Amino acid sequence: MDGISKAFPGVNALKNVNLEVGYGEIVALMGENGAGKSTLMKILTGIHQPDKGKIVYRGNEIQLNNPKAAISEGIVMIHQELSPIPEMTIAENILIGREPVYKFMNVVNSRKLRETAKELLSLMDLNLDPDTKMKELSISEMQMVEIVKALSYDARLIIMDEPTSAISNKEVDKLFEVIFKLKQKNISIIYISHKIEEIYKITDSITILRDGEYIDSCATKTLKYDDLITKMVGRELKDIFPKENIGLQKTLLEINHFNKAGEFSDINFSLRKGEILGVSGLMGAGRTELAEAIFGLTPPDSGTLILEGKEIKISNPKSAINHGIGLIPEDRKLKGLVLNRTVMENISLVYLDHFCTFFGVLKLKNEKRESKRQIQDLRIKAHSINQEVENLSGGNQQKVVLSKWLIGNARILIFDEPTRGIDINAKAEIYKIMTNFIKQGKAIIMISSELPELIGMCDRILVLHKGKISGELSRKEFNQEKILKAAMGEVETNDHLS
Amino acid sequence: MKNTNSLKKYLSLYGIYIAFAVLIIVMAILSPVFLKPTNLLNILRQTSINGIIAIGMTLVILTGGIDLSVGSILALSAVIATSFAHPGEHNIIVPLAAGLFVGLACGFVNGIIIAWNKIAPFIVTLAMMTIARGLALVYTNGRPVIDLSDTYNKIGSSYVIGVPFPVVIFILIILIGLFILKFTKFGRHIYATGGNEMAAKISGVNTKGVIIWVYSIAGLLSGLAGIVLSARVMSASPATGQGYELDAIAAVVIGGTKLTGGVGSIAGTIIGALIIGVMNNGLDLLNISSYWQLFAKGVIILLAVILDKKK
Repeated sequence: MDGISKAFPGVNALKNVNLEVGYGEIVALMGENGAGKSTLMKILTGIHQPDKGKIVYRGNEIQLNNPKAAISEGIVMIHQELSPIPEMTIAENILIGREPVYKFMNVVNSRKLRETAKELLSLMDLNLDPDTKMKELSISEMQMVEIVKALSYDARLIIMDEPTSAISNKEVDKLFEVIFKLKQKNISIIYISHKIEEIYKITDSITILRDGEYIDSCATKTLKYDDLITKMVGRELKDIFPKENIGLQKTLLEINHFNKAGEFSDINFSLRKGEILGVSGLMGAGRTELAEAIFGLTPPDSGTLILEGKEIKISNPKSAINHGIGLIPEDRKLKGLVLNRTVMENISLVYLDHFCTFFGVLKLKNEKRESKRQIQDLRIKAHSINQEVENLSGGNQQKVVLSKWLIGNARILIFDEPTRGIDINAKAEIYKIMTNFIKQGKAIIMISSELPELIGMCDRILVLHKGKISGELSRKEFNQEKILKAAMGEVETNDHLS
Repeated sequence: MKNTNSLKKYLSLYGIYIAFAVLIIVMAILSPVFLKPTNLLNILRQTSINGIIAIGMTLVILTGGIDLSVGSILALSAVIATSFAHPGEHNIIVPLAAGLFVGLACGFVNGIIIAWNKIAPFIVTLAMMTIARGLALVYTNGRPVIDLSDTYNKIGSSYVIGVPFPVVIFILIILIGLFILKFTKFGRHIYATGGNEMAAKISGVNTKGVIIWVYSIAGLLSGLAGIVLSARVMSASPATGQGYELDAIAAVVIGGTKLTGGVGSIAGTIIGALIIGVMNNGLDLLNISSYWQLFAKGVIILLAVILDKKK
């Protein structure tokens, strides 16, 4: 791909980006969220068309006007979120839309379907029965099926988006075996991952994007870790995380013996004023569930919650809010915002009582004034307070979610993946807002899958593994490897684990 | 480029009002009687029943729901109200209270079941549609209730400073509806619940309460419409109000409220109801068969939805 540019209304998503992939080469595509990786891949898979630039594929310049064109050229993407049809068999999923049929009446030839699928599976030495239903497979097995499906399209270039984000270590090894097999078959791979160790383990070269711009391409062997980070982020780490030592004060919140069947068990921890407590763990470790339990959205089966020395009962979000606890949920579009309503209506929703008379009549002037102030304070980029939030960028949407809580008297904020899918500058601003918040003697619980932000911002990190606390690290002991090990459930002796 | 964009936006925002104006102009040209005050008042009176129901329907649809039972609730309320309205039996308050209460109660049951059991509103209100109709038939033994007191009938036939009383009630309900949606916490909570129920819940909104309230209000307004209608025709048939739910939904949809919830307005609904009313009236004046009215209504609904999609 050469000199690719693409603009969307309001943003320049890509500016003059280059990407080169050799035959049988594994190329890592690196960059922060919002760097333009997915836009670039959407162009390569025919979902978007570039405004400028060209794609040269196997020696010829090609036009990819739709996803079908990309697939017929042998360019296939394996998405982070797989979308199999759970009630159908492996064979049916692999050959969907291209089922072998009898000539008569287009009836599916199920014997041939099964045999074709079996052949394809054996090509990758996979020991799966083509008659198994997709819903019975693990995520990694589904991935394998997806890869086989890609091969069945005669794929010459496979794009893998965060393939290891939801699978175990062992399964990762298995995946890498398959990737090397693909390489031997002279199939090229574009590998997108945030896990830097993986990049160094399997890729041949690295292409880095930042803010929609092409930064660099180098052979993996020659690029040092620190240089990679600096190139990705565009500045040194300490500029992003405004961690200040403000000194921890007395205990604000205690969680004792929190249990919820199938989600988490025997969770104990405390939170002090002025503290940012990080919560790490793999997908499905029970982090979000714990947050939603504390917030009363899905109350725990048992356990007590002590706020400033007093035991309180939180049975629904309203009571959590009344006690000064707020939740910035993981998925802002699904849980954080009413997308088709205005910035002002979203900002004021939580503490609407503050802008109401006793009879529930709105004081619109106060509401407007406060909303405008929030837009200024948090530097939310919106045309006006009456703009619908769905038209804001991810970072600005997240700031709207934050301001919902900041205008009230919340004392404890639970951030679930606070910076997912937003650009680096908005991230830095959100970290600054967090710092200002705890400076007022308040506290934050921050759930995150991004270790750099946990390490950069937290005073302490709890690690969850399968619904249990598998590690607790204080700021002095922060280290990626330790956290990952605890997250994987490989417990080592740890003085702080009581 | 920019100009066509803003023109498009203008059209999609005000398209419905423009369409309404065009409709009026066309009717005025085609029929000399159309613009006469008596005819205009007549349109308003004919629209008021559907309009009152449609305002309740707007609230329901704003939460992302639907209410198919309004026509049947109207009938049940009407027959129960009128059964207390025979001359010389009860104070006028009794039939009014009975009719409103029945409407409110049916709506409340709808709301409770939808909010607490998370069953699709379509199914719950479909069941209520049959239940209320059945009760109305049982209560009256299938016969219309007649012989009503003059006081009761006046609700349908009297005038306030030259305006038919049903229209006065309609205007009052419009004002209350506008006020609730624009200026109250409850209104905001309706929009939030319909726009994103989960986000509303996390923001501390009692979404179940909101849902119960809107169905209760829809029921109450159906009861009110039942009283007004029965007073106007001076009788109540258990078979009355069939298909009214579709007229109300049509008014809401033509008015630009989204069936997915969270977006829409009372103003749009009023225009929607008036478009249906003007069209029916106009086609009557032009001596076009009522069969064609059905056809035309369907076409308008389709056009409105297609226009809305373009936003």
